[in-house]
Amino acid sequence: MTEMIRIRHLSKSFDRNHVLKGIDFDVRPSEVVVVIGPSGSGKSTLLRCCNGLEIAQAGTIDICGERLLDEGVMLQDQKLNRLRTEVGMVFQSFNLFPHLTVMDNVTVGPRTLLGLSAQDAQARARTLLDKVGLADKIQAMPASLSGGQKQRVAIARALAMEPKVMLFDEPTSALDPELVGEVLSVMKLLAQEGMTMMVVTHEMGFARDVADRVAVMDQGKIIEVDQPAVIFSQPKEPRTREFLHAVLNPNQNAFVQSEAIHSITGKLT
Amino acid sequence: MILDFTPVFADWPMLLAGAVVTIEVTAASLLLGCLIGLLVGIGRLNPARRLVYGLCSAYLLFFRGTPLLVQLFIWFFGLPQFGLMLPAWACGVLGLGMYSGAYVSEIVRGAIESIDRGQNEAARSLGMSASQSMRKIIIPQAFVRMIPPLGNEFIALIKNSALVSLLTIHDLMHEGQKIISVSYRSLEVYLVIALIYLVMTSATSSALRFIEKRLRSGGMVQ
Repeated sequence: MTEMIRIRHLSKSFDRNHVLKGIDFDVRPSEVVVVIGPSGSGKSTLLRCCNGLEIAQAGTIDICGERLLDEGVMLQDQKLNRLRTEVGMVFQSFNLFPHLTVMDNVTVGPRTLLGLSAQDAQARARTLLDKVGLADKIQAMPASLSGGQKQRVAIARALAMEPKVMLFDEPTSALDPELVGEVLSVMKLLAQEGMTMMVVTHEMGFARDVADRVAVMDQGKIIEVDQPAVIFSQPKEPRTREFLHAVLNPNQNAFVQSEAIHSITGKLT
Repeated sequence: MILDFTPVFADWPMLLAGAVVTIEVTAASLLLGCLIGLLVGIGRLNPARRLVYGLCSAYLLFFRGTPLLVQLFIWFFGLPQFGLMLPAWACGVLGLGMYSGAYVSEIVRGAIESIDRGQNEAARSLGMSASQSMRKIIIPQAFVRMIPPLGNEFIALIKNSALVSLLTIHDLMHEGQKIISVSYRSLEVYLVIALIYLVMTSATSSALRFIEKRLRSGGMVQ
């Protein structure tokens, strides 16, 4: 089978700011790819390009064998909407629909777009909400949920479309530290079930334990891609080492000198 | 000076009939104004769609930028010069409705633009079209935010409707003037009329406050 996501020579700039500089990258079926890198490196933009929320000026993107972006030209509207039903997206700020109950948040997509009856959509939603541990919140309004609960509903909402690939845009960055775990464990469960996932995150533990491959981005480029064991123990690129050091030792950040980094990378495993 | 309300009360059926006409004209204009406001407001969301944006902006410019009385007279006295003679009530409703539509359009646009961008992104990333996202996700949320400013607009519309008395429409104001022309009791008549308008406007604002409260308690607000 071909790649789920196939990105070639992707370049994008906002005005004069070049955020993606010739990205070549693939995500294979059932693979979990975690994208890490300093803020402003283009991770989120890359992810958002993969379901057409951002349009890049050059390069191509194929999703499930269909051409989403062809040298800066986006797939035509109707086809784009259909393709998006196959690509689930989870946002940093959840973006639940506040005027709908948890149940309706999850059923609105399948009912509107897949033509499911109310009954079928609700049955599907119950299964998914049970899976993310929120069976008791079915009739709640989003405003009454904690951040972790909101994000789990958002994951269920995306899964209700039965997507072929899931995109996660810093799904735990807006959460209180004690709520991060419940979201990560749902994502881990998905990974174990064989869902194809592309995850932008700062959770290095998740990258190390769950990812099949880790991609490191810096200044609009993917500078290194490898298995997590390699990235975290023997990163090849100095920028990867600097980034990992800064993330894993946040308290010493200010004093880090590039010479010191080399001696520390051994500790990262 | 002694106030004498007897002529006003003697002719109360006239005032009642006038009040009914005022309510009818206002309700019809309100409906027209909301419909136009929704279309023009949505038309002004995206400046990149030049033609639609331009037409809607021109509409806003003219109907918000000229006096209501002048607009009403154009409908009633101006159009007949082109052989287009509309009945008085139609001129009143068109005049009030199109004037009000300009204001409502800005309320609609403001409310829609106040909804977080992530809402549309979430809807679109599920696979919804722009119009599905607008109808199912954005407008229902924007609607709650429109209610307080719409309340102001409705109240303004009720009061502005007194101007249609000048188009020979037999509304509350017009009936009042008829009573004055016989009884010469201007102050008494105008006081009673003011009171009737006050009842209409305060009933409108309590009704809207009630609706807003219900919607908010339903969790429609972030």
